[in-house]
Amino acid sequence: MFITVTLSLLEGLLTTFKIFALTLLMALPLGLIISFGSMSKIKVIKWPIKLLIWIIRGTPLMLQLIIFGFGPGLLGLYGMDTFVAVMIAFVINYACYFSEIFRGGIESIPKGQYEAGQVLGLTKTQVFFKIVLLQVVKRIVPPMSNEFLTLVKDTSLANSIMIYEITWNAKRFMNSEHILWPLFYSGVFYLAFCGILTIIFGYIERKLDYYKG
Amino acid sequence: MKILEVKNLAKNFGKIQVLKGIDFSMEKGEVVAIIGSSGSGKTTLLRCINFLEDADKGQILVEGNCIYEGENAKKLTPAEIRKNQLNFGLVFQSFNLFPQYTAFENVTLAPKLLAKERPDYKQNKKQILEEIDSNAKALLERVGLSDRMNNYPCQLSGGQQQRVSIARALALNPKVLFFDEPTSALDPELTGEILHVIRDLVKKQTTMVIVTHEIEFARNVADRIIFMADGVVLEDGTPEEVLDNPKNDKTKHFLSKLSEN
Repeated sequence: MFITVTLSLLEGLLTTFKIFALTLLMALPLGLIISFGSMSKIKVIKWPIKLLIWIIRGTPLMLQLIIFGFGPGLLGLYGMDTFVAVMIAFVINYACYFSEIFRGGIESIPKGQYEAGQVLGLTKTQVFFKIVLLQVVKRIVPPMSNEFLTLVKDTSLANSIMIYEITWNAKRFMNSEHILWPLFYSGVFYLAFCGILTIIFGYIERKLDYYKG
Repeated sequence: MKILEVKNLAKNFGKIQVLKGIDFSMEKGEVVAIIGSSGSGKTTLLRCINFLEDADKGQILVEGNCIYEGENAKKLTPAEIRKNQLNFGLVFQSFNLFPQYTAFENVTLAPKLLAKERPDYKQNKKQILEEIDSNAKALLERVGLSDRMNNYPCQLSGGQQQRVSIARALALNPKVLFFDEPTSALDPELTGEILHVIRDLVKKQTTMVIVTHEIEFARNVADRIIFMADGVVLEDGTPEEVLDNPKNDKTKHFLSKLSEN
């Protein structure tokens, strides 16, 4: 039984990892774009973005999953893959949280850094990528590691719209075999996943420790 | 041919008139010191000339060519502003070094990025980059930091950081080098090393505008001193004229207050 459960949870872990990796891959760049929007001087860009961030951060991710999972069906749009719905919900949700972290990081860089770049004849793009970005990255590593860990555990919410990730597979044994321990055992997989991430983030922090400021 | 001419430059922040029509000009190789109490508009003047603020009115001319006209400022493209900006170098009060780069990289960053725009960059890449490196080394040596080239700004004292930032500005060969109170953020015992570097630049005929509170230093290095108050130029003359025989009461008042300290 133990081996059956382990194999099943490992299979679930694969889906969990897929949600995790795809969310990061899309939500990180989208979050950067949203952060630029929320800092825009153009009001028709800034305020809709602020509204979106408020709605997404102001409602449970579980609710957003249900809306994207079942909403299309209610509107008569059948055939949308549940996994796609999950990805849309996760990417938008995490992009909004990331965008606020990016905004905090970008706004914390002293104005003098931009001005020094400007008087040295750098373009705005060069100032951002050659001067500002790495300093932002260094500042946002701690809050980002929080978000990454939260994301690992949030993937379990996808079980509510029938995605077969770790928690779903563990719950399945509760229903079919009437055993509870696979659910407790699933915690080990989350712990191991987060443990690896913690080590990676520790490494990144040490790597960026070569300068202060 | 005047290397720099500023004509009737005016700047408002909301309702406050910070610059009320500034006129001055300078010759190549000349050193001009700008003095005046805080709030007189010295820093704003420097920021306007260096395109960090848009002046509302007036003109800036370099070697007779108009590079800025307050009334048409909005028509300048970012590329034009960049090109015009490179006529000048600016050393900030608070250094503004890039913390993630070493002293050496701080000096080479902008020249290397600019070199990429040269038409012969691809053919002569290696040679161009080597030239930039050796030039940066020479500049850091000149400001007395040959042994600190590979240090990060956080590992350097304030005076050393300011010397790196001077080298960084010189690396682009500006026609005029501006200093915005280069010693104000430093402990008194560190100001000497900066003044020493500036003296060395004077010897090498570098055209400079120095906003400073160090009156005796200004007297020693400047060919001309400009005294500003409330957004206008009140005095413009040799150090002897301005410091020893000021015409205006405000200048007299400012100088007497300084000598009290």
